[in-house]
Amino acid sequence: MTTMTVNDAISAALAEEMRLDPTVMIFGEGVATKRHDLLAEFGAARVRNTPLAEGIIAGTAAGAAATGLRPVVDLLFAPFLCYAMDEIVNSAGKLRYISGGQFKFPMVVLAMTGAGWGVGAQHNHNNESWFVHSPGLKIVMPSTPADFKGLMKSAIRDDNPVLVFADIALGYSAGEVPEDADAIPLGKAAVRREGRDVTLVSYAKTVGTCMAAADMLAASGIDAEVIDLRSLKPLDEDAILRSVAKTGRLVVVHEASRLCGVGAEIAALVAEKAFTSLRAPVLRLTGPDAPAPASFPLEQAFVPQAEAVVAAVRSLVAEPATA
Amino acid sequence: MTIRPLDPVQALERMMLIRAYEETLIDLHGRGRAAGTCTSVGQEAPAVGVVSALTADDLILTNHRSAGHLLARGADPGRMLAEVMGKQDGYCGGKSGSLHISAKELGVVLTSTIVGGELALATGVGLSRTMLNKPGIVACFFGDGAATEGRFQESLNLAAVWKLPILYVCENNQWQAFVHRKETMLADGIAGQAAALGVESAVVDGNDPLAMFDAASTAIDTIRRTGKPFLLEAMTYRLRGHFEPDDQGYVDKAELAHWRDRDPILCLRARLEREGSLTAEAVAAIEARVRATMEAATAFADASPYPGLDALTTDVYA
Repeated sequence: MTTMTVNDAISAALAEEMRLDPTVMIFGEGVATKRHDLLAEFGAARVRNTPLAEGIIAGTAAGAAATGLRPVVDLLFAPFLCYAMDEIVNSAGKLRYISGGQFKFPMVVLAMTGAGWGVGAQHNHNNESWFVHSPGLKIVMPSTPADFKGLMKSAIRDDNPVLVFADIALGYSAGEVPEDADAIPLGKAAVRREGRDVTLVSYAKTVGTCMAAADMLAASGIDAEVIDLRSLKPLDEDAILRSVAKTGRLVVVHEASRLCGVGAEIAALVAEKAFTSLRAPVLRLTGPDAPAPASFPLEQAFVPQAEAVVAAVRSLVAEPATA
Repeated sequence: MTIRPLDPVQALERMMLIRAYEETLIDLHGRGRAAGTCTSVGQEAPAVGVVSALTADDLILTNHRSAGHLLARGADPGRMLAEVMGKQDGYCGGKSGSLHISAKELGVVLTSTIVGGELALATGVGLSRTMLNKPGIVACFFGDGAATEGRFQESLNLAAVWKLPILYVCENNQWQAFVHRKETMLADGIAGQAAALGVESAVVDGNDPLAMFDAASTAIDTIRRTGKPFLLEAMTYRLRGHFEPDDQGYVDKAELAHWRDRDPILCLRARLEREGSLTAEAVAAIEARVRATMEAATAFADASPYPGLDALTTDVYA
């Protein structure tokens, strides 16, 4: 085991995959400036700075991916993806299908988002569900350094466009990463904590929120199971349904806004496929339908907190379930 | 690299095939058998001139007005018609329709109908040529409308900075969907923007396939020698509407008449007849071959089945 931050885990995954496959390269605004270890090892042809023009960065990645390279592009902050929507959604996401399968797009788009730095709504917008709704794309949003490393490796090896969202607040959080860790498959959730009474489904930084809530609930005898989705598409439906079949209660927690968010999909999934297992209504704890504010107290109020998760669970669990 | 000279009679025949293909589609649409299309009528010369100057290693990106580029590259008009009609034997299995036909086997890749989309993808295709040491260059066809998109500047800038082997070909057909380019830009053309980005450019008579071929050959030679991008602006005219059907009621009649007099097919034919290199019999023979080709193509497309409904969700993911 070695301890590293999320940012270092991403670089470590890039370095390992670039050693394995000479077609892997990375470019973006400041990539060569900031990831100087990669620049030193792999040179200026494979590690490139770009103009800060997200559209052409993403389009260049799509064109390169379709013709033999495996580009990784860093578009910095998730709201900047708006400038690259056409290239990600209309080109990388659709041209395989439109062409009758003539092309594939093995590319990775990196973007940061989430509360924690007070950067405000044009740098912080959890817009991951937009891309879940777009065909042809895969979406991952891990919560630990080990998962960032393992999922980045899978994202780079995948033959489809994969968006990797990195929660800003997690960027400098450290965690243990196995030195010889292999790729973690896309579409597999992780059960972070096993429990019998309620299922807490989350991803990215609010997984930690759910873990904190589970500890608080345990003190009062409520046994929560915490599922970290890690991938939003493909979605690990089995992991969710298996857990709800056991607990009969579901709270979905994410920072993104509620309307048409990932939580809505999970609630609908459980209603369709596990209705008879439910012993209480499904609840969602999410950010509001508002841009993310910069002011620290407002920014924190935007994000579901552990106390709110505890209160939501208590409203569902009149008494702890008996084994 | 030496490029074979363009045989003007062969160029004429290829342009006539493109015209006949478009007229076939207009006819099929009129009879309710094909969707409306964005035709390349009037723009045959840049397609035949530029594509004839490319080698088999070179790749082509095009747009919604792509029939000329595909047919100039040797695409099968039967498979193109089948694609427009949504049939299984189309180049994209019927999932593209007319607007984004790619034919990877011919090096026509990543056709995008998003105006300017091809400009954003071309840099990536150029990048893979250089990173993978591939011999070919990339020809990217777009219009004056796409040049008003920000991606035009972004693409040329990155291609210049990264020294990408891209031949940008702007077919300035004077129309941006239903708006004349005089309403959307002050300059008569877009080539003037290239110099500011460090990209060499040339403006060519886009109704003369031989001039297009010569200019493209020179530009391609420059790209192969320097590794840098080059912009050709072909001054031409969209003789029909944005898409079929379109009564062109918004088009200035005198302007349309002026450009109809400059119809690239009629002009080349008259020139070759004047020079004595084309007889009336030869023209009749070309017309007969083109007619037979399009009849066979239509029969092929008619006979092709629609895709099975399982195709609805195939090829979404690799």
